[in-house]
Amino acid sequence: MRRRVSFPYVGWMAVFVVVPMVLVLGFSFTSADGGFTFENFSEMTKYAPVFARSIWLAFLSTVICLIIGYPAALVMSREKPIVASAALMLLMLPMWMNFLLRTYAWMSILENNGFLNQLLGALKLPPVAIINTDGAVLLGMVYNYLPFMILPIHTVLHKMDKHLLEAASDLGADSVKAFARVILPLTLPGVLSGVTMVFVPSVSTFVISKLLGGGKTMMLGDLIEMQFTGNAYNPYLGSAISLVMMVMVLASMTIMNRFGDGEESAVMM
Amino acid sequence: MRQKYFTGRLLMIAIAVFLYLPIVIMIVFSFNSSKSRTVWTGFTLEWYSALFRNELIMSSLYTTILVSLLAAAIATVLGTAAAIGFSRMRRGTRQFFLTVNNIPAVNPDIITGVSLMLLFVFIRSVTNIELGFFTLLLAHITFNVPYVILSVMPKLRGLNKHLFEAALDLGATPIRAFWKVILPEIMPGVVSGALMAFTLSIDDFVISYFTAGSSVQTLPMTIFAMTRKRVSPEINAISTLLFTTVLLLLIVINVAQHRDQKKQKQKQ
Repeated sequence: MRRRVSFPYVGWMAVFVVVPMVLVLGFSFTSADGGFTFENFSEMTKYAPVFARSIWLAFLSTVICLIIGYPAALVMSREKPIVASAALMLLMLPMWMNFLLRTYAWMSILENNGFLNQLLGALKLPPVAIINTDGAVLLGMVYNYLPFMILPIHTVLHKMDKHLLEAASDLGADSVKAFARVILPLTLPGVLSGVTMVFVPSVSTFVISKLLGGGKTMMLGDLIEMQFTGNAYNPYLGSAISLVMMVMVLASMTIMNRFGDGEESAVMM
Repeated sequence: MRQKYFTGRLLMIAIAVFLYLPIVIMIVFSFNSSKSRTVWTGFTLEWYSALFRNELIMSSLYTTILVSLLAAAIATVLGTAAAIGFSRMRRGTRQFFLTVNNIPAVNPDIITGVSLMLLFVFIRSVTNIELGFFTLLLAHITFNVPYVILSVMPKLRGLNKHLFEAALDLGATPIRAFWKVILPEIMPGVVSGALMAFTLSIDDFVISYFTAGSSVQTLPMTIFAMTRKRVSPEINAISTLLFTTVLLLLIVINVAQHRDQKKQKQKQ
């Protein structure tokens, strides 16, 4: 009988979740004059370099976050509880500051007369031109999404039974073997969850590329944003690109879930 | 072993510097007397007073707080009711609804944003509802509810089903039994869901950007417009104020939790 209390939200989902998805699907196959077409998808091939750059940068940022984040989570789990929880606080605090502001702050570090080049000048080193390059965009991604990699890995490490490691060493495993055979498999769900949480926002961002890439390095997010808000208003093409992005994200998540072997709960965090 | 600790700590310090360097620079330069973002010319509080005189910033701050409070409140009621209903459904049906519920949480923000924009533009073409505060609120509720449900669901799963029946046997009406028995049990989940909804709303830029139209602006939208023009030390001043507010709130919450834990220990 109490099932009824969920009906208002079921109706809400139908209107505000399902209908918008159907609209995206419908618009993808619609031409400007309202007829059915595949043209939006063939037009998209023009933007293959944008797809390639977005996926490549998102991939790099995920790999860098993993390389920095995994050891960091490992170190945190070995600290005393008070140090570990302080580190956790420090990690989450910047996330409470709007990401636009944090990204904006990097502009003053990276720009041509910025702090980085002032520092290099003081050290009598040649200046670097990093603002408005892919490198700056990549840095912005790693900066914004690194905590998303560390947190889920930290969570699984924190829940892990520490006696397992003692058992491994009692059974004659050295620390390398214990890591490879015990820690790594057990933290895999956390890693996969971190990978999705870094890759998805990286591949779809348009803010970071606008602020740090100076609009020169166009990414998938910029491309979609342009179709919906710019002078080149073309929601049909925009929907088609969105659809492709959605399929991409879903596909990568399905693959991740396969690897995680049904550890859905950890993937959802 | 010592050596290991040292390199580990070094990594943590390096990450902390990386994370906080931009924030520190921003705070320092909110007191800079010239408009330069990189050259220190002297101390001033001018940007802070300019901030409060800036009508655009103040009105967008008001919009942000209003939409976040309303969206969090409505999403909490809607989501808690939905979670209770879902928990009573057959497994297959529940799984289906939870999957649909997850769509806005799993999709990239930009896709949730543009898909809702398509819906609102469609609605505008058949009714007279313009994109504005109302559509912004609808969008915020939509992306908040999934998180309320995700945080209430586990509490419902841990609930003893017989408690509710016992309350009914003892003569409580279903509504009274809900208020006196179910709600207190799931309250921690409801509260954390509401807080999460509120912070998500306060922080959201991407979905608001596509659904607010041109008549209203949230604070993140105003900040975005300001970063595009590249001049405005007031941005540094807002960030500093927001950052200190969050810092103080977190400290207060932590101290309160710490005290609670101590009290509970003493009781035991």
